[in-house]
Amino acid sequence: MCLAVPGQIRAIDGEAPLRMGTVQFGGVTREVCLAYVPDAVVDDYVLVHVGFAIATIDAEAAAQVFRYLDEIDEIDAATTA
Amino acid sequence: MKYLDEYRDPGAASRYVDAIAALVRQKWTLMEVCGGQTHAIVRYGLHELLPSQVEIVHGPGCPVCVTPAERISRALDLARRPNVILCSFGDMLRVPAGDADLLRVRAEGGDVRVVYSPLDALQIATQHPDRDVVFFAVGFETTAPAIAMTVQQAARLALPNFSVLVSHVRVPQALDALLSDPDNRVQGFLAAGHVNTIMGMAEYEPIARAYRVPIVATGFEPLDILQGVYMCLRQLEEGRAEVENQYTRAVRPAGNEAAITALQDVFEVVDRVWRGMGTIAASGLGLAAKYARFDADRRFDWTDVQVEEDSARCIAGSIMRGHSRPSDCAEFGAGCTPDHPLGAPMVSSEGACAAYFRYGVA
Repeated sequence: MCLAVPGQIRAIDGEAPLRMGTVQFGGVTREVCLAYVPDAVVDDYVLVHVGFAIATIDAEAAAQVFRYLDEIDEIDAATTA
Repeated sequence: MKYLDEYRDPGAASRYVDAIAALVRQKWTLMEVCGGQTHAIVRYGLHELLPSQVEIVHGPGCPVCVTPAERISRALDLARRPNVILCSFGDMLRVPAGDADLLRVRAEGGDVRVVYSPLDALQIATQHPDRDVVFFAVGFETTAPAIAMTVQQAARLALPNFSVLVSHVRVPQALDALLSDPDNRVQGFLAAGHVNTIMGMAEYEPIARAYRVPIVATGFEPLDILQGVYMCLRQLEEGRAEVENQYTRAVRPAGNEAAITALQDVFEVVDRVWRGMGTIAASGLGLAAKYARFDADRRFDWTDVQVEEDSARCIAGSIMRGHSRPSDCAEFGAGCTPDHPLGAPMVSSEGACAAYFRYGVA
């Protein structure tokens, strides 16, 4: 129920307070409310839940799950050394 | 798809599995608190990749499953009224209250419509000015902002024929209720990442401190969950009990400020009954007085009938508290299946029992 799917903003239409836009998910596009991502612009990736974008995906933080693995390896190496 | 496929990488997953195996020195019990995580864990068999000392139990993370029979009874009552169009997320249609569910009421002629977004229900209200359109608003803090925006928009449009039947629930109060149970055995939590996307991290600090329990905001893909498990276990092994954020690509410490502002405008904190868990103080959201005209509870006249919450043979409450797993239930897969469920967690696509059944966990 808390499923949120990442998609890319293709167009922004509608104005505050009900800012809407077109978001692309793979080959599918959908009208999405962008009111809760006021700073998001076209081409940004957003997480969409029940027709609402709830967050802009932080592209820099997106690789954190892989960097963390390297950090674990470094800590383990330092501990065993 | 970008931002999905990369988090299912088997090579990185096996590195996490190895790191967890190297880390763990004693027995630990962790709980995830989102039905989406429950399904990912079972679907990808993540629980089977962990060392035998690590047990994952499944918390009250399925909003559909915890929606009390009393709320569903009112939804059924509304759906039976000739002038009402009841709009709902699809998940709610098969959840029983007494001997009925919304699907059955629809088969008997009730106008029940499944919508993707609550804004779709507004559209239906605009198209049917002669009918009363009610949206059945269930869900955690992740979902509540969508309903908040919908109610604000209904107010802006001064829609006279739209209302919401509210059953929203809040996660931190449920964690507090679980941890204050003297029989609690959960030692660390994977918090529901998308709830943190909205609410941020601050609400969890007092809980981590009071109960000395690590809480890690965690995403929904296999690598997210494995990293969340690693971070939680590492805290436990090091004797720490902190709030950490695994899901940094979607969770900012302060949450989504625009969404929080809307929640504060539209809702007020109320006590709420959780199916299988009983009443939890301050664990719900109800419509604020200034939006009373959009509140189905206040708009319609009611003659409530008492319905039993669940079959005495259903152990959903014990499962959601982490005391049992679905496969511990005598009825699992025999007396209780998705086609003939005894309780809500076997019905909802996100219920722990449905996940175990679907992916063949014995």
